[in-house]
This record gives sequence, C-alpha cells and structure tokens, in this order.
Amino acid sequence: MSLAPMFIQGIGLLGPGLPSWPDSQATLCGSTPHQFVPSVLPAPPRLPPAERRRAGAVIRLAMAVAEEAIAHAGTDPQTLATVFSSSGGEGSNCHSLCETLASPNPLISPTRFTNSVHNAASGYWHIAVGSRCASTSLCAYDGSFGAGLIEAATLMHTNAEPLLLVAYDLPYPEPLNTVRPLPDNLGVALVLTPTPNERSIAELRVEALPTRLAAAVDGCGDASLDALRTGMPAGAALPLLQGLARGLARPHELVIDYLPHLKLGVRLAAVGA
Amino acid sequence: MKPVAITQHTLTTALGAGRAATLAALRAERSGLAPKQFLDAGLQGWIGEVDDVDAVVLPERLREFDCRNNRLAWLALEQDGFIDAVAKARTRCGAERVGVFLGTSTSGLLQTELAYRQRRPDGSLPEGFRYAPTQNTYSVAAFVSEALALAGPSFVVSTACSSSAKVFGNAARMMTAGLIDAAVVGGVDSLCLTTLYGFNSLELLSSDICRPWDAGRRGLSIGEGASFALLERASDAPQGWLLGIGESNDGHHMSTPHPEGAGAIAAMHAALASAGLEPGEIDYINLHGTATPSNDAAEDRAVAAVFGTGTPCSSTKGATGHTLGAAGGVEAMISLLALEHGLMPGGLNVQTLDPELRLNYLRANREARLGTILSNSFGFGGTNASLVLGAAA
Repeated sequence: MSLAPMFIQGIGLLGPGLPSWPDSQATLCGSTPHQFVPSVLPAPPRLPPAERRRAGAVIRLAMAVAEEAIAHAGTDPQTLATVFSSSGGEGSNCHSLCETLASPNPLISPTRFTNSVHNAASGYWHIAVGSRCASTSLCAYDGSFGAGLIEAATLMHTNAEPLLLVAYDLPYPEPLNTVRPLPDNLGVALVLTPTPNERSIAELRVEALPTRLAAAVDGCGDASLDALRTGMPAGAALPLLQGLARGLARPHELVIDYLPHLKLGVRLAAVGA
Repeated sequence: MKPVAITQHTLTTALGAGRAATLAALRAERSGLAPKQFLDAGLQGWIGEVDDVDAVVLPERLREFDCRNNRLAWLALEQDGFIDAVAKARTRCGAERVGVFLGTSTSGLLQTELAYRQRRPDGSLPEGFRYAPTQNTYSVAAFVSEALALAGPSFVVSTACSSSAKVFGNAARMMTAGLIDAAVVGGVDSLCLTTLYGFNSLELLSSDICRPWDAGRRGLSIGEGASFALLERASDAPQGWLLGIGESNDGHHMSTPHPEGAGAIAAMHAALASAGLEPGEIDYINLHGTATPSNDAAEDRAVAAVFGTGTPCSSTKGATGHTLGAAGGVEAMISLLALEHGLMPGGLNVQTLDPELRLNYLRANREARLGTILSNSFGFGGTNASLVLGAAA
C-alpha cells in the first residue's frame, strides 16, 4: 500500500546564499556555485504589532518561508492545516534562558518563556493568519525535515486536505554551538494539495524506506550545498528543491535522510505525467 | 476513524509508578502534590514530583541518554509489563512496522540548565555534556526507540501541553496510511527550572495547591509524569480503544486561551465526529482543568457549548499537578483506568465550586459503568486536542 500523491503548489526558501525560492534557482540548478552568504531574517509584516515586537528569530524565519510559499501558491493561509518541524527552535532564546536560570534568584522574561515552546512558530503563524485549522510541531533531531514530510504525506493520505509544511532550523550561540553546531538559519516551506490544479508545480510521492533496503542518500552535487544538506536538518530538503528547480521533463527519484534506520524515498513528477 | 486497539498502557506520576499505584491514589482521592521546592528554586508552591527519579539507573547500553527526563521515561517503561508487551508486538509486526510518537515540552532541558551553572572559565559547557541524547526535543523518542529496539517511523510532537494527546492521532493516521501496524505513544515531561520560573513569570503558578474549578483558584501546580500506550490495529484482548481524535488551533494568543474556547469547541466536535458519536454518548469528560482562572473559565464555556452542562466531568490535575507535555498522555491513561474500573475520579482541592462555572463538576469519586470518555488537552500557542477513548468491551 502506498501513500496518496501530493501536489506542490508553493515553495518558500531562506538560508545562507539562498535568499528566496526564485533567487536560488541558478544555485539549485547548478549554473551558479553556491556561496555561503549569511541569511537575513525579515520582520513578519502580517503579525499584529504586539506579537511582532515579541517575535524572535524563529518566528521571523518560519514566517518568512511560510509567507513566500503562500504567495507563490496564491492560496488562503486561513484554510491550511500546518506541519511545523524543527530540530531545536530558537537557539539564542534557549541560551538566554539558561544563562538567566544559572544566576541566583533568576527573573526570566515571560516573552522569552512563551517563545521557548517548540510550537512558538506555529502559534504565531496561526495568530497571524487567524487560522483554527489543526497544526502540529515536530522534532526528530537531524531527521526533522523527514519527520515533517512523512507526517505531511500521512495527513494528506488520511485527510485529503491542503496543508502547509514548514521546516526550519536556527543556530545556537556559544557554548551550545560547540555541542550542536548549526552554521546559519535555514527554512523551507511547501504548500501541498491533495489534487492537482492549474497552479500545481509538481506531483510529490513519499515512501518510508528501511535503510537496509534503501539506496544511498542523494547529495547535492555541490560541496557548499552539501555542507548545508548535512549540516542543517532542514537541508535534507535541498535535493528535492534541486529536482524542482531543474525541471521535471522526466520523473525524478531520490532518497533523502530521515532517521539512522529509516530513509524516505521521494518521487517528483510533472503534473499529469 | 476505525477504532485502534490499546493493548497495553502504563503511567508514572506523583501518584506513583504504574497503574496499580495510580488507581489506589485515585480511589483514595489522594493528591501527589506537596509543598516543596524543586532543587534550589526559590519559588513558593506545590509540585508533583515523582519519587526516586534521581535514583533510576539506565541500562549500560542506554547510558548516553542519561538525564532526568529519560530516567523518568525508563521508570515508566518498566511498569505494568510494558516492555514485554512491546517485545511481543515487535515479534508479531517486525521492528520496522512499529512507530514511536511521543510528546514532550522540555525534554532533557534540565541537563543544560544545570550545565550552565558549571560553565568553565572560557564559558564552555562542562566535560561530558551531551546535547542530542538529553536536551534535544527528540531525545525521549530516540531513547524509547533504542530501549525497545523499534525501527519504525519516529518523532516527537512538541505542542506544549497538548503534545502527548496529539501523538495518538499521529499513530492512528500512520496505521490508516499503512506505514505501520503498531505504535508506542505517550509522553514524558520532567521538572525543570525553565517551566517553574517561566510559569511564575506569567503569574500562572499558584503558591497554594492548584484548585481546578474552585472560585478562588490561583493557577497551576507543576508536576512531572510519563505515560506509554501500545496501539495496534486490532486485538482479541485490548485494554481499551482509541475511538476518535480532534485537533485544532485557537489562532488567538500565545499563552491565553480563546475566551469562548472557540478552538477547544472545534477540537471536541472533531473528536466526536471522528469517533462517530453524539455528545450525549460520552459518559465522562476528563477536563484539561489547569486551575488558571482563564483556562477553566474558557473550558467551562467550550464544554457547555458542545455537551451542555449535564455530563459528569473533572480535572485530575489536582492529583497529578500539570504535567505539561506529558499531561495528554497521563490523562488518557487515567481515562483508560476509569473505563476499566468504572471510576470517575473526583476533582481534588475544591473548597468552593466557582459559581460562574456551569459544568457538572465531580468533587468526589463516582462509580458507574463507563463506555466512553472524552479527554481534553490544550496548550500554549493555542493548540487543542481532544481524545475519545472507549472501554475494552
């Protein structure tokens, strides 16, 4: 039994040397080598002023790629269920809390505490777009993108409703950076639908592959991009985005990383192919 | 949804380790909360600390995962024959066909909080600090997958206080989609400084024992807990059934529920629809009932909007404390005990029932044959989950 296909209707991307989905095409296609230029996180325009003031880096990153995917898809975000997935939320916020908590009689900021929950990005997003649709926030360490993708595919199979998948990771400052080195921010968002429409970009199929049966995980064919693929959990999505950027004259099959014992097989095809 | 069999379950909270200790405490209407401090936290309040977590020793092969959260997970796994039940399911289904989906809010963060007190002169963390198997949000699912030798899909759901209710939905959907034949679900959250000082900073922590549905309620008492359930497609001898799940978002505020409980209403309606039940077919409701003024008021309105005010209900957080990311799982297992033993647990610590609240809130245990229970879990970020659980037969 295989999972029902999904149709990609919108894409968002933001990371080092990957400033947006359209502005990353040449790099993803391989016509321009990837340059590691640190990412810049924009302020989230859609949030009410009170929430915008409180929105830290994790909110800015997740909402930037979610906004881009929504705009690309031309869809109403209020109608979308969401799957957010991240290895660790906002590293600088966690560092600041731990520093304060190590002091005598610590007084921590309520905003910092509220923003420390793993589902902070999802919470702010649903406030921003006024959505009561279901949302989840997942973590599988380095396999966090894979966890988000398999959950999205499962939700699509069982509920057949459009959804927004957002995978995002942010670096920790020292001293945590030494024990969990993440080089920069990286976010990827996909708007997925159960049936094709005139705005569909590609058909996406996902299957779980025990590692003992799976081919080797596909690389990016570019050392700098590969360093992001293996160095950032959301980077596991890069080969998938490369396939989309290069065009789907023929279906494109790849193996992406999820857990040590489990990989994901991904098949991209032109809509109607 | 097609009902999913719950073939084994267990829970460990301040009420005790395992089902028998929990049931005995519930029958005695005894709270596990105590007026004490966690570590050196200088906060006045009551906490639901699990006895002897510090004394738990992980097996040698799992030693890299050592932290309070995984010690609590191991203590809970060792109760009620849970490890043996999973081993049998693994033999039946194959390790790759058994998923692991667990909820936690703070995972092993305490380990990092303590490490920050022992930073070396150059600012670095102490020798031996390990991030991935302790602090990372996924660590408890990695630990449980490893401990139970499971190789199916696995992740942690971390949606604050609805986390370990939502994992039942993940497992049920993966079974429907044919990815797995069984799953270990549940959740673990252990005491840490971030949550104690954090809820205190939001003025949501009560200095008194928490008093859900009381007119003078002042906030929550934090507890810790772990629970696990083994879900399978079918069973000849289930301990109960997962009949339905509903999930929604408030889209309203990060740390305050929607005043009319709009998202909670949507979650309860979705859970009933997924179970194919009418509101009148639910015998008892285990409320989220945190004892903050705003939660209980919003939940009272939401439940009344869906069920009217007749269905017997209570919050068991007066007994366990609010176990945060573990609460959904803990209360699902309490609901399974309630179904099995025909016991609706009375809500503890009520001095004067809030006259503004209209639900049929039980202040003392009531015995009755129960067929179906709805359990609510709501969290920061506006996440809502409602489970419908059914008796074994």
